[in-house]
Amino acid sequence: MEALTSRLEALLADNSIFTLQTLGYYGEGLVTTVQLVFLSLVIGLVMAVPLAIGRGSRHRWISLPIFLYCYVFRGTPLLVQLYLIYYGVVFVEGIQDTWLWVILEKPFVPALIAFTLNTAAYTTEIFRGAIKATARGEIEAARAYGMSHGLMLRRIVLPSAFRRALPAYGNEVIFMLHASAIASVVTIMDLTGAARFVYARFYAPFDAFLFVAAIYLCLTFAILYFFRWLERRLLAHLKPAGG
Amino acid sequence: MQLHKILSIGVFGAALVAGSASAEVRDIRIGVDVPYEPMEYRTPDGELTGFDIDLGNALCAEIGIDCEWVVQGWDGIIPGLMARKYDAIMSSMTINEQRREQVLFSEPYITPPSAWFAPGDAEIGTPSEETLEGLTIGVQRGTLQDNYVTDLYGDVADVNRYATADDMVLDMDSGRLDAVFLDFPIGKSTLLDSDAGDYKVVGKKITEPKEYFGEGFGIAFRKRDEALAETFNEALAELKANGTYDEIHARYFGEE
Repeated sequence: MEALTSRLEALLADNSIFTLQTLGYYGEGLVTTVQLVFLSLVIGLVMAVPLAIGRGSRHRWISLPIFLYCYVFRGTPLLVQLYLIYYGVVFVEGIQDTWLWVILEKPFVPALIAFTLNTAAYTTEIFRGAIKATARGEIEAARAYGMSHGLMLRRIVLPSAFRRALPAYGNEVIFMLHASAIASVVTIMDLTGAARFVYARFYAPFDAFLFVAAIYLCLTFAILYFFRWLERRLLAHLKPAGG
Repeated sequence: MQLHKILSIGVFGAALVAGSASAEVRDIRIGVDVPYEPMEYRTPDGELTGFDIDLGNALCAEIGIDCEWVVQGWDGIIPGLMARKYDAIMSSMTINEQRREQVLFSEPYITPPSAWFAPGDAEIGTPSEETLEGLTIGVQRGTLQDNYVTDLYGDVADVNRYATADDMVLDMDSGRLDAVFLDFPIGKSTLLDSDAGDYKVVGKKITEPKEYFGEGFGIAFRKRDEALAETFNEALAELKANGTYDEIHARYFGEE
């Protein structure tokens, strides 16, 4: 490790911008970005499945609130949502004295909440579309077998809906990664935050942002290949025979 | 003959002394760009006032000359000096290398200070690595204050960087920040003088080291007017010694 550090140091010896210190900032930024995006996607996904089922419910008191939630969060910019949550919570009278403040004081949790609510709204709509596109015949067959509504959802509707939703969801994951770049406006040192810091410090916009763009590009490719692999596995049965 | 020679040398010498003296202490004109509060601005009835103006007038009074202020837009302020529209510039001009190639600067007469601000009930001692450990500090991204705090306290404290001072004040109000490090006049107007809440300055105002806070503001002269610059430097030292400088400083920036 030490040998590696000193080799790296020698390599960077005549570079005034990319020193061990600034690379450290980028490294921390990478960890923060991945944490933020990964957590919000996982929580958002878990939220989106019941919401998508509820969105298609015949009972208006279930489907209408979910529709409104999706409408609001898809209809306003994520940046505005982030501002409202980060700066909005402090206007709740006396919040500083409650246990909530412990988690809302630092910018990470407010940003996580904003990102999660946003991605959950989009994912709900993706899943709802996929559920709705279930072939009529499959549902009729399930009913003919005497399956209950829950069993039918679990065995027939959701598995095929997830498969259909996969390409669109892969897009949502990439969008979320790119949208996370706004986290730095509430002082989070994510990848973009690190780039903005290096830019401001060395007045080197091109170096700072090109480097961070390359990192985002690598992350995007990793996501892309993961979903391609997933599609190959899960959608194998939809391929033309012998292909 | 002998006497005459001595006399003539004496007269010549006296003339020389008088001549050089008058070259140094002739009345001068000073260029200034207004408004730039509180350094130079106009009162409602059009009178020039401000820290630069008062200090400049005090310097001229100390030297014993009359000074006339010439208002000149900032982008033409150095060309105006070269073109002899005035003989000096006293207009919040930061001393730096590029300007030094064109003009001759006096000693810096003020360095815009930065200061630590914290909530009124905060118990932070004189800011240091120990007293700031574990605290969350706000700065404006990319400012000299950011560089200073990052280099000195980045390892012991959390540094939150904001795009604007307004965002920072909002987070200070909500209790997210334990302290902020700001340009003193900005902190004074946004935190101390506003109804944002109860805030105080922690520790002394900070103007050192130069690598972060710059060399300060200087009076600019034409390069050949070395004697004039020297006269102003001496007068400035005298005003600092006899308390006049502190009195003018307090008039615009409050007590230390």
